[in-house]
Amino acid sequence: MNATPNAASLRAPRDNYITTDYSWRSWLLTVDHKRIGILYLLSVTGFFFLGGLFAVLLRLELATPQGDLVQAETYNKLFTMHGLVMIFFFLVPSIPGVLGNFFVPIMIGAKDMAFPRLNLLSWYVYMIGGAVSFLAIVMGGVDTGWTFYAPYSSTYSNSNVAVTAVGVFITGFSSILTGLNILVTVHKMRAPGMTWFRMPLFVWAHYATSLIMVLGTPVLAITILLLALERLFHIGIFDPKLGGDPVLFQHLFWFYSHPAVYIMILPAMGVISELVAAFSRKRIFGYSFVAFSSLAIAVLGFLVWGHHMFLSGQSVYAGVVFSVLSFLVAIPSAVKVFNWAATLYKGSVQLSTPMMYVLGFLGLFTIGGLTGLFLACLGLDVHVHDTYFVVAHFHYIMVGGAVMAFLGGLHYWWPKMFGKMYPEALGKFSAVVVFIGFNLTFFPQFLLGYLGMPRRYHAYPDEFAVLNVLSSAGASILGIGYLLPMVYLIWSLRYGKDAVQNPWGAKGLEWEKAPTPPPTFNFESTPVVTQEAYAYADDLPADERAEVRYV
Amino acid sequence: MSDSHGGAHVANLAHHFEDLEQQREAHTLGMWAFLITEILFFGGLFAAYVVYRTAYPEAFANASNQLDARLGGINTAVLIGSSFTMVLAVHAAERRRKRAIFGWLWATVVLGAVFLGVKYVEYSHKWEHHLIPGPNFLFEGAPGGSEQLFFALYFAMTGLHAFHMVIGAGVLIWLSVLALKGRFDLPGRNAVEMAGLYWHFVDLVWIFLFPLLYLLGRHA
Repeated sequence: MNATPNAASLRAPRDNYITTDYSWRSWLLTVDHKRIGILYLLSVTGFFFLGGLFAVLLRLELATPQGDLVQAETYNKLFTMHGLVMIFFFLVPSIPGVLGNFFVPIMIGAKDMAFPRLNLLSWYVYMIGGAVSFLAIVMGGVDTGWTFYAPYSSTYSNSNVAVTAVGVFITGFSSILTGLNILVTVHKMRAPGMTWFRMPLFVWAHYATSLIMVLGTPVLAITILLLALERLFHIGIFDPKLGGDPVLFQHLFWFYSHPAVYIMILPAMGVISELVAAFSRKRIFGYSFVAFSSLAIAVLGFLVWGHHMFLSGQSVYAGVVFSVLSFLVAIPSAVKVFNWAATLYKGSVQLSTPMMYVLGFLGLFTIGGLTGLFLACLGLDVHVHDTYFVVAHFHYIMVGGAVMAFLGGLHYWWPKMFGKMYPEALGKFSAVVVFIGFNLTFFPQFLLGYLGMPRRYHAYPDEFAVLNVLSSAGASILGIGYLLPMVYLIWSLRYGKDAVQNPWGAKGLEWEKAPTPPPTFNFESTPVVTQEAYAYADDLPADERAEVRYV
Repeated sequence: MSDSHGGAHVANLAHHFEDLEQQREAHTLGMWAFLITEILFFGGLFAAYVVYRTAYPEAFANASNQLDARLGGINTAVLIGSSFTMVLAVHAAERRRKRAIFGWLWATVVLGAVFLGVKYVEYSHKWEHHLIPGPNFLFEGAPGGSEQLFFALYFAMTGLHAFHMVIGAGVLIWLSVLALKGRFDLPGRNAVEMAGLYWHFVDLVWIFLFPLLYLLGRHA
């Protein structure tokens, strides 16, 4: 193993993972984690805009108090499919499937995921699940809400529940396979010297996420299977007439679906950790606290599902326990936010595009997190349960948090993935557009919910009109904010400036050791890691600054 | 040698691993992680079982008396026997004796088939006695109440278990073909061992299903 001279690795290599083969076959049968990441990028983007289309129709309907654009039944289908597509086909696979797939192996100095073929299978399973669900949409859609609550989905269902459920069931296995792959990769594929506490926090976050994927998703699968049995054979497991209990469905469903919230937000937190350190030129403050807070969120996340059922006839004692445990999740979440803020403190903060998204994330995630505490209160939840307050809360986490981080991460790693720079000024501009559009869309919904507007209705009293119009107007701005990056990022593939190996001067194997774009096996030789993550020189004593970082 | 990119010079070593040891450890960990997902998968059913057994203890006890504990017991013995032959197949794979691998894998498959055959007999008895949940369900001649839930869970749990056995048997047959082709002649192939872990897991699920469904609350 030779030490590669830096000058050589700075030049763009002729043969990288894209140029190695241009055929369709080479893409559709690839086992390269980077190409699979690109496949995921294409598919999640498609699903994002499909889910967004439903959101556009929802907001158009809500622009006026009367139900004039769509009927109540259509509206039910629209919000159901918006939720289904966005959660199962965008948020869950977005960061792990795209950025995680591409960068977890590179960040730990591996040539590929532990199971490359399983990785490809996971994309195909995802696409098959997506196709089945899409079929359900074409057949007329589903109206149960994304939660499939019995008896809407069993006894009283009159839409394509079965087909949709099959689609979600299949997609779940894609998530399980991805999680399993990341788990084993992190355990067994680390390069020499890449100890657990030298791993970037992005990898820690993905490790915690994959634990949830592996432990939670099978429960969703069995829940959907029971629902299918209930529908096909009327076995009565969720039917009170036969002694069954519909609340059991909610327990089983949320046992997965609450942890699934953390599947969506933990990778986002991992992205933020990378970006905050890179654009503050500082080692992340409290590295091990941030790392362990990911695990703490993963573990606690499994113990809080009951807070979705405070008003579903769950015992009040169980409610108290779930309420207390839900409050506890605030601790590791706050640990992260405080540590990111402390990293910014006295850092050389650069307001590049990814950093704009980070700052947006910090504010919006904090609002989303704190309003979550309102909902964890047994008493207060009675007032805001099933209102727009809840809708605003989880959109602050999912859109203000996860989507912001996804976009920030995509901009940050775009040069590495494609070897091209995006237009920086346009990038900053659209980050601001997204931030403004987002707040205009969702902040009014907190007020609407608190004033008593319930979710999932297509018409509302006139007094809610002003706030709803604000929200719809904000949604149109947000939509532009999402279209802009798609346009200029694609534009940059052809017309963007060529990226150097490390355009941000960032730390990490993906910037310091992997060429841009990386070759099929990522590195010219297996890297040997000799120091901790985020060793930004400013953070080190003067006598250590000059040391060579990696052998 | 092994850290030169792309060229796997060691037979049976995939390109992205540094050595056979790393490959073996990754496969083993992956299999255990997969088995954990399986535990959670069955876990949802066990949770439902606990909930309804607690809610309707008498109905569940009465309903479980309809099961044939003798056949269940025979099946338990058959499955434990199949675990034993599976261990012998893994042992043969370690020694790279392809005929022995082939033989023990098929012994395991045959025992698995015996299990499924007995299961078929049990299921057809239930069919004859109108114990299949649904509109035609009758319990001791009357439309059953919560007894139906017991049978719903019985069929869901044993059915899912049987489905896993069928998959497992398919994998074992496939491996037996590979064994004859000499795919396990070289070190570094631990596919038989991985399949063994899966087979033992499926047996272990039955070890929990048998007492929960057949024995608990049993009275003559």
